[in-house]
Amino acid sequence: MTEVPVGGAAAIAAPRPAVDRRRERKKAHWRRRRLVLLFMTPWILGFAVFFGYPLVMSAYLSFTHYDLLSPPRWIGLANYRYLFTTDQQIWPAVKNTLWMIGVAVPLQVLFAFGIATMLARAKAGAGFFRTIFYLPALAPPVAATLGFVYILNPANGPVNIALSHLGISGPLWFQSPDWAKPSLVLLGLWGVGNVMIIFLAAVLDVPKHLYESAELDGAGPLRRLRYVTLPTISPVILFAVITGVIQGLQYFTQAYVAANIASGQASQAGDTTSNLGYPEDSTLFYPVLLYQNGFRYFTMGYASAMAILLLAVSLVVTLLIIFNSRRFVHYGGMR
Amino acid sequence: MKRVAIAVAFAVLLAAGAIAGTVGSAGAGSKPTKITIWVGWSGSTHELKVFKGLVAAYDRQTPGVEVDVVGDINDDKIISAIRSGNVPDVVSSFASSNVGSYCSTGAWIDLGPLLKQSHIDASIFPAASRYYTQYKGVRCALPLLADDIGLYYNRTLFRKAGITHPPRTFSELTADAKKLTVKNPDGSLKIVGYDPAFAFYDDVPPKFTFYAPLFGARYTDSAGHSVLAKDPAWTKFLKWQKSLVDWYGYSKLQRFQASLGQEFSASNGFETGKLAMNVDGEWRVAFIANEHPELKYATAPMPVDDAHPGLYGAGYINGTIIGIPKGVKHEQEAWDLVRYLTTNTHFLAQFSNGIRNVPSTIASAKSKELKPDPNFATFIKIFANPHSATTPITAAGAGYQDLIQSFVVKWQAGHVSDLASGLANLDKQIDAQLAQATKGGKP
Repeated sequence: MTEVPVGGAAAIAAPRPAVDRRRERKKAHWRRRRLVLLFMTPWILGFAVFFGYPLVMSAYLSFTHYDLLSPPRWIGLANYRYLFTTDQQIWPAVKNTLWMIGVAVPLQVLFAFGIATMLARAKAGAGFFRTIFYLPALAPPVAATLGFVYILNPANGPVNIALSHLGISGPLWFQSPDWAKPSLVLLGLWGVGNVMIIFLAAVLDVPKHLYESAELDGAGPLRRLRYVTLPTISPVILFAVITGVIQGLQYFTQAYVAANIASGQASQAGDTTSNLGYPEDSTLFYPVLLYQNGFRYFTMGYASAMAILLLAVSLVVTLLIIFNSRRFVHYGGMR
Repeated sequence: MKRVAIAVAFAVLLAAGAIAGTVGSAGAGSKPTKITIWVGWSGSTHELKVFKGLVAAYDRQTPGVEVDVVGDINDDKIISAIRSGNVPDVVSSFASSNVGSYCSTGAWIDLGPLLKQSHIDASIFPAASRYYTQYKGVRCALPLLADDIGLYYNRTLFRKAGITHPPRTFSELTADAKKLTVKNPDGSLKIVGYDPAFAFYDDVPPKFTFYAPLFGARYTDSAGHSVLAKDPAWTKFLKWQKSLVDWYGYSKLQRFQASLGQEFSASNGFETGKLAMNVDGEWRVAFIANEHPELKYATAPMPVDDAHPGLYGAGYINGTIIGIPKGVKHEQEAWDLVRYLTTNTHFLAQFSNGIRNVPSTIASAKSKELKPDPNFATFIKIFANPHSATTPITAAGAGYQDLIQSFVVKWQAGHVSDLASGLANLDKQIDAQLAQATKGGKP
């Protein structure tokens, strides 16, 4: 009887134990993960340095008295108490911000969607019109605001001059507490190109056969819009609403510039204006008040508490929108 | 022996190197020390150019130092620099209201010991300037020229209206303003006699601060609590202001204001003859000379409350402050420059001539080098008036001014139904803001 030697070709050909295979798979898996991590490192570093660290520091500073110049002193919940119970500027600022979100965001979404729908149907000169409607989005916010304050100047602005030719006495626009926010909304609608272009892509992406089927079923234009277009582009609507709300919560530059210019105070560089919120605090949005506390009064601890509250509100609002969106947002079978 | 020779040669080389180094460093020492000063004056106006020219003269007089002037600086930039540790040698600011933060935190170093070392007594500066350059006894700043507020009036429009002299009381101002006002056929305002509106051409500090000393109004009691409701002068002042706004019509006045150019531009309403009278700082003299030399105008102290005629001649005082930030690299050179800029009579007179701000020492305000100009001389007299006053310096900086401004703007628009309770609530807010700013101890 010939003994089969231990090892040799037969041993090599024998299948490896299951434990080894698992180990190999695990190794390959970790190699892939390491590679992914390596590619993500720049983003992770950027996120940690420019977002994570400031976030943690803001949370810490919100419990301190911090004037930017001397070390922070722990004062517990005093900043939050002042914010919720004493500071009488907070609620006008919150109301202004909510007004902006409640009015500007739906209007911007509707306006962007409306233009996108029209542009999607345009046969001749589609490229030209797309460019024309997108162009305002390229204007820097400061320049755009300066332009609007000039155009809507109640005394000698072209809009009120045109209205006067029609026998209408135009409003005071940025000089009036009732009209300052609507003027800012108009500015926002004018620069809605970024949202419009996303809507346009979404509208053009709606499968033609869905419209054809709906037509065969006797659906008119409104029904096609209701049952084909809107459900198909609903993820884009959700995106536009969420980004609009977040931008509304952070609304600053246009309000800051409009208040300064409308009050006749394009000041010298060395000045810090006392007219934020002009006129009559109607443009005093939450971020403007936050800036005022942090960089005008140097109460950075209190400004941090305001920032943390803003973050919490943004998070809650976004989660509420996403949660409620499940009823009307469709992802083509995907969740 | 060989080792000894090498050691000797090495020592010789070292010595040579040391000598070369010494020579080198002596050479470097002969090079001027570069120091940097940050100022708020803007490159878009004549002011920065004038300042640079005068500092260049200092450079020439001081061979060991070369000064780099950087304009268009505000307090945000100053604080960022201090926080980063990368500071200029000298900083200046238009916002004296921030002196509370700078002095109490040590962000601007205490100049007291340096003044003492240089045998300079702070009493060379008038009382108001001494006040807004210190906080709780720590003098971390000095005044670099000063600003005060007076009345500008258009002589051509005065002559047309038959007015022979500027008003001395608010009653006279109101009567003159009405006489000088011209309306368009449609009832809109063409020329406004005097525009008392808040938040119009309102810079730092806001305009209500100009009126407070003219009505003898106090901001706080001896304990530092806000007393706007308790001091009847505030009510009187605000009622006068609103009565004149109402005479024009708030909405009409707003529309008129929108038709004027920006305050710091050649289309400023007074410079273009659309405002017959205006409350403004002494700097406007130079702006008019540069932008509208043809304008026939004159200046006078602001009128005062009819019940306090003795206050006539006084006004609101403030000014640019200058100091040395902590972490400065060349403290002695920085101090030498600060000392020169704030105490040298010749420099202050020349700088005052250039930008027509008020010379900030008692001696320089009397300097014979000052260019005679009756319009500017008004402001030197206001500066010297013992009733002239400034605003309180607090730990909350300009916070209380913003709260008052927010209130008075609503008041003039007719959106405050009960002035007394509104002012009482404002007092509460100001006290709460100050308490919040000092939470946990200093400042």
